Amino acid sequence: MSIRVQSPGLLTTLQDLGRHGHEHLGVGPGGAMDPVSHRLASLLVGNPPELPSLEITLSGPVLDFAEDALIALAGADLAPEADGLPVPLWRPVLVRAGTRLRFGKALDGCRCYLAVAGGFNVPPVLGSAGTCLAAGFGGFHGRALRAGDCLESGPPPPDRYPGLQRRFQREPRAVLSLGWFVPWFQELEFRRPAGLRLIPGPHWPLLGPAARERLLGEPFRVASDSDRMGLRLRGPSLALDHPVEPVSAGVATGTLQLPPGGGPILLMADRQTTGGYPRLGELATVDLPSAGQLRPGEALRFRTVTLEQAQELNLARAARLRDLAVVVAERMLR
Amino acid sequence: MAPAPASRAAASLRVEPLGDEALLVVLGEGIDGAVNDRVHHFAGLLQGSALPGLRDLVPAYATLAVHYDPAAWADFGQTPYAALAAALERIWRTAGGAAPLPGRVVEIPVCYGGQYGPDLGEMALHRGMAEADLIARHAADAYRVFMLGFAPGFAYLGGLAPGLAAPRRATPRARVPAGSVAIAGLQTGIYALETPGGWQIIGRTPLRLFDPSLDPPCLLRPGDRVQFRPIPESAFP
Repeated sequence: MSIRVQSPGLLTTLQDLGRHGHEHLGVGPGGAMDPVSHRLASLLVGNPPELPSLEITLSGPVLDFAEDALIALAGADLAPEADGLPVPLWRPVLVRAGTRLRFGKALDGCRCYLAVAGGFNVPPVLGSAGTCLAAGFGGFHGRALRAGDCLESGPPPPDRYPGLQRRFQREPRAVLSLGWFVPWFQELEFRRPAGLRLIPGPHWPLLGPAARERLLGEPFRVASDSDRMGLRLRGPSLALDHPVEPVSAGVATGTLQLPPGGGPILLMADRQTTGGYPRLGELATVDLPSAGQLRPGEALRFRTVTLEQAQELNLARAARLRDLAVVVAERMLR
Repeated sequence: MAPAPASRAAASLRVEPLGDEALLVVLGEGIDGAVNDRVHHFAGLLQGSALPGLRDLVPAYATLAVHYDPAAWADFGQTPYAALAAALERIWRTAGGAAPLPGRVVEIPVCYGGQYGPDLGEMALHRGMAEADLIARHAADAYRVFMLGFAPGFAYLGGLAPGLAAPRRATPRARVPAGSVAIAGLQTGIYALETPGGWQIIGRTPLRLFDPSLDPPCLLRPGDRVQFRPIPESAFP
């Protein structure tokens, strides 16, 4: 055992980039609600993104490290501290055996990702180590962490940040991090009110001009019954001019559904595979991290984007992540 | 089996975006066996194709959702969506017609009514039928599995007798037990897992419809015909 869960926090699960290739069985993709922060935390400790990290929601866990570990935190700032010292995000951190990592008040965002070099030793189910909460499989025994759980992970691989590891041997500190970091919180835009970009979908024209104006002009709030399946939105009333009842068809992460007589629902990582409600559109994939970082009660706005622009932004983000991976890999050798 | 030329000509394909990492191939409308045959036929063609970057193929009643990695379709002088849509249209043009989807007859034992089918009594009352007659009617027909979707292993069955159609409940239940057999509109379905749900519940099967440790994890496949067989409460383990 190497990490013992003293207290589990509100909802702490193992997540990765999702489970692909099983949607035809009704098994949705799942995975991190903010996949980019998961990627960055993984990248910083040298893990491929297929290895899971801990997705920590709003109120974080208390974790006791039984062995030295190389970790990275990315995403929401939930005020992490180790033996009373603040632990910085967005950079590699060495944690000494015997250290207690805990989280305080959520300062911004909703979900923080904790990656440990070497990953957590859990068996993949249907090709992924992510936790499917609805069906109770994957991740750590198919469920969120509980007090008393022990997560197994490896020691810091000696070839990663050797300079930092040498300093760690000399200095008797609980945690030691680099001053260098990857400032992606700016790119991910969850420090300011979200203006989420929506690609209008097939039933968009069925919204009358006034309803469209309300959808794009007025703020929505994330309702408290929102979860990893979807964000339920409260805001201006929206109704289709001509009600339709489409037969069930495939949906995507980021689909904005409009159930009759209800507020819109933004489908998120643990979404169903198919749905029968009218589809107003889909979020641009580049804005999924911002959506995944919204807290219950928080406000958001929509603006439209064309499919062409959304795909350009998508490819540009992928290229930036590839470039960053090269920079981090080089930094990791020093 | 050669398809009739008329149905081949009518089988046009329409592609529409489903966000920037997925698209929807529309192969017809409504709940129709011939349309659904085309959907599964096309899914099979894509599965066997060498198209790059395909993450998931999701056949539904009349549509096939294709989830893809746009980076795999980025260098064709047009948007990834347009490049993939054109490739799909080429495959469809050169494809042969869809044969009826092969399937097995799968018998599903169901304990109708009582604690296992809390909505059966009211449904029978509403139709002026005896509960036993409603059970016999539901168990008389074999139902085609059109698709698996919504939640892991949930099977959408079509072909319900119009006399058995029932609207969704006004307020969905927070928990529907796994194995519940239910009706919504002209569909009947089986809940594979305990999930929230708004369908009218008429019975429950002790069979497990989804087990991620098995290969395949789902008991039912699209194209199968489900034959329900009433069992007494005492037969329920």
